[in-house]
Amino acid sequence: MSAPAIEASELTAPHEEQKNYLNADHTVASWLLTGDHKRIAIMYLISVSFFFMIGGIFAGLIRLELISPTGVLLESETYNKIFSAHGIVMIFLFLVPSIPAVFGNFLLPIMIGARDLAFPRMNLASLYVYWLGGGLITLGLLTGGVDSGWTFYTPYSSLYSNSQVSLVIIGIFFAGFSSIMTGLNFIVTVHKMRAPGMTWFRLPLFVWSMYATSVVMLLGTPVIAITLLLVFAERTLHLGVFSPELGGDPVLFQHLFWFYSHPAVYIMILPSFGVISELMANFSRKRVFGYHFVAFSSLAIAGLGFLVWGHHMFVSSQSMYQGVVFSLVSFLVAVPSAVKVFNWTATMYKGHIRLQTPMIYAIGFIGLFTVGGLTGLFLACMGTDVHLTNTYFIVAHFHYVMVGGAMMGFLGALHFWWPKMTGHMYNDTWGKFNALLVFIGFNLTFFPQFIVGFLGMPRRYHYYYIAPEFTPYHIMSSAGASALAVGLIVPAFYLVSSLRGKRKASANPWGAHGLEWQTASPPITLNFVETPIVTDEVYDFSHMDEYEQRRGTAEMTHPGEGLQQDKNLDIVGTKEDK
Amino acid sequence: MGNYPMAPPQASNFAFEHDLIFYSLVVLTVIFTVIVGAFVLFFAFRYRQGNQVNRSRPFHEHLPLEITWSVIPLLLGLVMFFLGAKLFVNMRVPPKDAMEIFVIGKQWMWHIQHSNGVRENNTLHVPVGRPVKLTMISQDVIHAFYIPAFRVQYHVVPGRYTMEWFTATKPGEYHLFCGMYCGTQHSEMVGTVVAMEPKEYAKWLANGGNTAVPMSMEQAGAKAFSVRGCNNCHTGSDTERAPSLYGLFGKTRKFTDGSSAIADGAYIRESIFNPYNRVTQGYSYQTMPAYAGQLSEEEVLDMIAYIKTLGSPASAATNAPATGVMGGGVNPPKTPAVGAMGARESAAQPRTNLAVGALSRQNGEGR
Amino acid sequence: MASVAEDHGHGDMVVHVHHQFENIDQQNESYIVGMWCFLVTEIMFFGALFIMYILYRWNYQQDFYGAHLELSQPFHMFGLQEFPIWGSINTTALLISSFTMVMAVRAAQLRQKMVVLKNLGVTCVLATLFLVIKFTFEWPPKFQHHLVPGPNFHPHAEVLHGAAPRASEIFFSLYFAMTGLHAIHIIAGIGVIGALMFLWNKGATSVTEDYVPTEMIGLYWHFVDLVWIFLFPLFYLIPA
Ligand code: HEA
Ligand code: HEA
Ligand code: HEC
Ligand code: CUA
Ligand SMILES: [Cu+2]
Repeated sequence: MSAPAIEASELTAPHEEQKNYLNADHTVASWLLTGDHKRIAIMYLISVSFFFMIGGIFAGLIRLELISPTGVLLESETYNKIFSAHGIVMIFLFLVPSIPAVFGNFLLPIMIGARDLAFPRMNLASLYVYWLGGGLITLGLLTGGVDSGWTFYTPYSSLYSNSQVSLVIIGIFFAGFSSIMTGLNFIVTVHKMRAPGMTWFRLPLFVWSMYATSVVMLLGTPVIAITLLLVFAERTLHLGVFSPELGGDPVLFQHLFWFYSHPAVYIMILPSFGVISELMANFSRKRVFGYHFVAFSSLAIAGLGFLVWGHHMFVSSQSMYQGVVFSLVSFLVAVPSAVKVFNWTATMYKGHIRLQTPMIYAIGFIGLFTVGGLTGLFLACMGTDVHLTNTYFIVAHFHYVMVGGAMMGFLGALHFWWPKMTGHMYNDTWGKFNALLVFIGFNLTFFPQFIVGFLGMPRRYHYYYIAPEFTPYHIMSSAGASALAVGLIVPAFYLVSSLRGKRKASANPWGAHGLEWQTASPPITLNFVETPIVTDEVYDFSHMDEYEQRRGTAEMTHPGEGLQQDKNLDIVGTKEDK
Repeated sequence: MGNYPMAPPQASNFAFEHDLIFYSLVVLTVIFTVIVGAFVLFFAFRYRQGNQVNRSRPFHEHLPLEITWSVIPLLLGLVMFFLGAKLFVNMRVPPKDAMEIFVIGKQWMWHIQHSNGVRENNTLHVPVGRPVKLTMISQDVIHAFYIPAFRVQYHVVPGRYTMEWFTATKPGEYHLFCGMYCGTQHSEMVGTVVAMEPKEYAKWLANGGNTAVPMSMEQAGAKAFSVRGCNNCHTGSDTERAPSLYGLFGKTRKFTDGSSAIADGAYIRESIFNPYNRVTQGYSYQTMPAYAGQLSEEEVLDMIAYIKTLGSPASAATNAPATGVMGGGVNPPKTPAVGAMGARESAAQPRTNLAVGALSRQNGEGR
Repeated sequence: MASVAEDHGHGDMVVHVHHQFENIDQQNESYIVGMWCFLVTEIMFFGALFIMYILYRWNYQQDFYGAHLELSQPFHMFGLQEFPIWGSINTTALLISSFTMVMAVRAAQLRQKMVVLKNLGVTCVLATLFLVIKFTFEWPPKFQHHLVPGPNFHPHAEVLHGAAPRASEIFFSLYFAMTGLHAIHIIAGIGVIGALMFLWNKGATSVTEDYVPTEMIGLYWHFVDLVWIFLFPLFYLIPA
C-alpha cells in the first residue's frame, strides 16, 4: 500500500472500498498480534465496554437492594461483595484504562503526526497484561468474590476477610502494570515522536492532558503495586507489615494506598479534561481560551495531586498537623480545576456553537464536574469532612466527578471520534436525545445521595432499617439509576447499528481542526501517507471557515448528509501540509 | 416536609458551627454552579451556529481574566480551609475536664464502659451539657464511631487509642453508626446515643445503667492483675525482677535506649502488649512476657484504670466524675476504696480486692 | 509486527529502524527516554518499601538493631564485634560489576567487540557470585533459625539478640521483601546481559553498530547496584 495508490483510488473511484487499518487484514491473528495502536485501541474499547457493563450490572444490583431499608434479595455478605466488585471493576478495569488506553492510544500518535506509538510491542503487551489482570479479577469474582471494598483497608483485607482478596489483588497488580506501560509509551511518544513543526504549544490539549496523566501513572502506579503485593504477602505468608496483630501499622497501608489512589482520581479525570478541551474548541469553532493556562493546569493538577492523599484520612488517626497540610493543598488543587472550567466557558464566547451530540456531553460534563468538584471541597474542608466522610455524600461526590465527569467525557469522546475510528456516522438525533437522558438520569440518581449523606447515611450499608427516614431518597436514587441505565444501553444500539448503516463518515465530518481529521476515516495503517509537516497553530479555525463556506453550514449541522460533496473537498492525507 | 428530612438534628456543641460551614459551602457551590451553568447555556444559545450576532474581535488569551478567576477561588478556598481547620482542631482537643467514656469496637458491636463500671452494648448514654471524651480502641478491624446528630466521627483502630469528644446539647435519642466498613454486618453495627438531662443521667448511672454491673473498671483491673499473674513480678516496690507500678501513671520513665516518655494509657498498653519496645532503665529485655494476643482490650483498659489508682496523686481527680454522680440507688462499690488500697504498700492487697471483685463480677456477667 | 522494511528516514541502513521511527536518532532517543521512565517507576516501586522501612525502623529502633545482628556472621574484623562479611563481599562484587559495566559501555562506543564481551562477562560472573552468596550463605541460615516470617517464625531468643519477636518479624519481612525483590532484579539483569552478550558475539549490527542498547542495559545495571548500595547499610550496618 503505497501512498499515491490510495489517493488515486479515492479520487477516481470514490465508491471502491479503500484500505484502512480495519480492513488491511482480516485474520484473527492480525488483530491479536498487531502492533497498530489503532487496532489495540479498538480491542481496548471492546474490553473496557465489557467491564463497564459488568460494573453497571453490579451497580444495578446495589440500587435494587437499597430500595428497601431491609434489603430486597441479597444477604449482607453478598451485598458487600457486590459493591466491592462494582468499585474494583469500574475503577481498575473501566475508568483508569478507559480514555487513555482507548482514545489516547488511538489518537495520540495521529494528533502529533506519528506513525505509531514509540513502542508498539509494549503497547500490545499492555493489552495482554490488562486482559490477564481483568481475567484474574473476573476469576476472583466468579470463585467467591471479594468483600473488602475497593480500598482494601488492612487488617480487614489481610487477616479478616475470607474472600478471594489475594486473587483480585494480583489482578489489580497486573492491571496496574498495563497502565504503567501505557503511560511510559505516551511519555516517550510525546517527547520524541512529534512531527516536524509540532511544537509543544501546538499540541492539542488532549495530548497535554494525556501527557500529564502518563506522568501520574508512571509515578503512582508502582506504589500501589508494591503495596498490594505486601497485602498479598500478608494474607498468604503472614509477612506482617500492615496488621497490628503482626506488629504492623494499618494507617501506613492507608497512606500508601491513597498515595496512589488520590493521584489515580486524576488519572481518571485528566483525560476527560483533555477531551472536553477538544470538544469545546471544535464545537465552538474557536481556539480554546487561555490555551497555555489549560495546558499547564493539567500539569499543576498532576503535580499537586501527589500532595493531597491524606485528605482521605482526616479521621483515620493520622496526626492533626498532617491533616491540616493535606487540607490546605486540597484547596490549592481546586484552583487549576477552576481555571479549566472558566476557560472552557470562555471558549464558547463569540464562538460558532454547534449543539451536536459530543457538545451536549461536553456541556453536561462542565455542569456535573463543577458540582462534583465543589462538593469535593466539602470533604477537603476538615470540619465538615468529619461528619461527611464515609457517608453517601462521598458516594455522591465521586459519582459526580467520575460518572458525571470522567464517564461523560468518555461518552463525549466516543461520539466525537466514533466516525474517525469506524468510518461510520451515527444518528445525531438519537445521540442528542440520549445525552439528555443520561444527564437527567444521572442527576436523579446521585443528587438525592448528597442529601441522604448529609443526613448521615453511611456508605457500604446494606440495611438501614435503623433509619427509615432515608428511604425516600434511596427510592429516588434507584429510579434515577434505571433511567441512567437506559441512557447507557441505548448508545450501544445506535452506535453498533451505525456500523452496518450506509452513512459513511468523511475524513472530517465535524469540520474539526487537528491532524487526526486530516487523514482518512478510518485512518490507514500508518496513519498518514506522508509524515505531515505542521505549519498552522493549534485550533486555528481561520482557514477552516473557507472550507466551511464551500461546504455549507446546513450540512455541517447534519453530518453524514451531502457526503458526495464531502469526498471531493477533503481527501485523505494531509491537505495543506504537503 | 416530614417525610423528607433535609438535615440531621443539631444536638452537640459542634453541630451549629459545622452546619454554618456546610451551608456556606452549599452557597458557594450553588453560586459557582449557577454562574458557570448560566454562562454556558447563554453562550450556547447566543452564539449558536447561524445566529447572526456580533462575533467581532473574539479573544483567546486574557491574563487579567485568568488571574481573576484563579485568585477568587483561591481566596474563597483559603477562607473555607481556615474555618474547617479551626473546627477540626477544636474537635481534636478535648477540654481537660471532659468526662471519659471507653469504647471498644469489635465485629460487629460497640461495647461501652463508663468509668464507674457501667457497661452497655450498642447504646451510649451521655449527659447533656458536659463534655464527654470517648477513648476508643478496636479489638479486630478498623471501625468508626459516628454520631451524625453530633457531627462527630473518628476511626476506631486496632492497636492504638483514638479519641473523639463532644458536648451533647439537646436531650434525645440519636443514631449511632459504624462508619468504617468492617465486614459482613457492618451495616448492623449500629445503635443509639441517648443524651439525657444531667440529673437523669446521674440516676441512670447510679442504677448501674439499669443493668447490674457493680464492679468498677479499677476493680475489674485489680482482679485481672492478679488473675493474670502480673503481681508475681510487679509488687509494691521496685525489685530485681520488675519495677513497681505504684505511682507509675503520669510519671516520666527513662528507657535503656536513653529516650524517655510520660507513662500514660497508651504507654501502659504498649508495655503490656509489647514490653520490649521501650525497656525501663535498670531492666533487661524479655523478662516480662509480651501479652499481645492474650489479653483483651477490655482487660487492658481495666488494668490501666487500676494502675492509675496505684498511688498516683492524680487518681482521685481522674475518678472524680464517676464517683461524683453516684447518688442513691444500688451503690456500686466506691472507687476510692481501690485507690486507698493501692496507696498502701502491700503486695497482698490486690488479692483481698479480688475476693470482692470476683463476687461482684459474677453478678455482672449475668448481663 | 507490521514492520515496514524500508527505511523511512535518512539514517544509515546498517541498523534496523522500526517502522514507527523516522530515523535512527529518533529511535535511540526514544529508547533512552523510555529507559529513564522505566527507572523512575522502579524508583517509586522500591521507594515505597524504603519509606516503610524507615517508618518501622523509627518505631522499633532497638529491635531492628537486635535483629540485624543476625545478618552478620560471627566474624570479628576492623574492630567491629560482628562483621557482615557476606554482605560486604556482595557489595564489593556489585561495585566492581558496575565498573566493568561502565567499561563495557565505553568499549561499545569504541566498537571493541572483545573488550565489550570480556567486561560484560565479568559483570555477569560477579552478579552470579552475588546470587550464589545470597542463596547459599545468607538466606539458608535464616531458614534454619526459623527467621522466615509467617507461621514458621519462632526463632530462639539468641538469634534475635534481644529484639522483640514481633518487631524482628517485621524486620525480616522487610529484609526478605526488599532483598528478594532486588535479587529478582539481579536475575533479570543477568538475563538481559546474557542476551546482549549473545548479540555481540553473533555480531548483530543492532548492538555492534549502535551502542545505545548496551548503554541502556548499563543504566539498568547501575540502578540495580544503586538499590543495593542503599539496602546494604540499611540492613547490615545499623548502629546500636
Ligand atoms: C475523578 C475522580 C475524582 C476527582 C476529579 C476528585 C476531585 C476532588 N476530590 Fe474527590 N474523591 C474521589 C474521586 C475524585 N475526586 C473518589 C473516588 C473518592 C472516594 C474514595 C473512597 O473513599 O472510596 C473521593 C474522595 C474525596 C475526599 C475524601 C473524603 C473522605 O473519605 O473523607 C476528599 C477530601 O478532601 C476529596 C476531595 C476532592 C477535591 C478537593 C477535588 C478537586 O480536585 C476538585 C476540584 C474542582 C472544583 C473545585 C470545581 C471547579 C471549580 C470551580 C467551578 C471554581 C470554584 C472553586 C472554588 C471556590 C475553590 N475527594
Ligand atoms: C467509574 C466508576 C464508577 C461508575 C461508572 C459507577 C457507576 C454507578 N454507581 Fe458506583 N461506585 C464506584 C465507582 C463507579 N460507579 C466506586 C469506586 C464505588 C465505591 C465502592 C466501594 O465502596 O468500595 C461505588 C459505589 C457505589 C454505590 C455505593 C455502594 C455502597 O456504598 O453501599 C452506589 C449506590 O448507589 C453506586 C451506584 C452506581 C450507579 C447507579 C452507577 C451508574 O452510573 C451505572 C450505570 C451503568 C450501567 C447500568 C451499565 C450500562 C447498562 C447495562 C450494561 C445494562 C445492564 C444493566 C442493568 C439492566 C441494570 N456505586
Ligand atoms: C516475669 C515478670 C513479669 C510479669 C509476669 C509481668 N511483668 Fe510487667 N514488667 C516486668 C519487667 C522486668 C518490666 C521492666 C522492663 C520493661 O519495661 O520491659 C516490666 C514493665 C512493666 C510496665 C512498664 C512499667 C515501667 O516502669 O515503665 C507495665 C505497665 C507492666 N510491666 C505491666 C504488667 C502487667 C499489667 C502484667 C500482667 C498482665 C505484667 N506487667 C506482668 C516484668 C513482668
Ligand atoms: Cu464496624 Cu463497620
Ligand atoms: Cu482524593
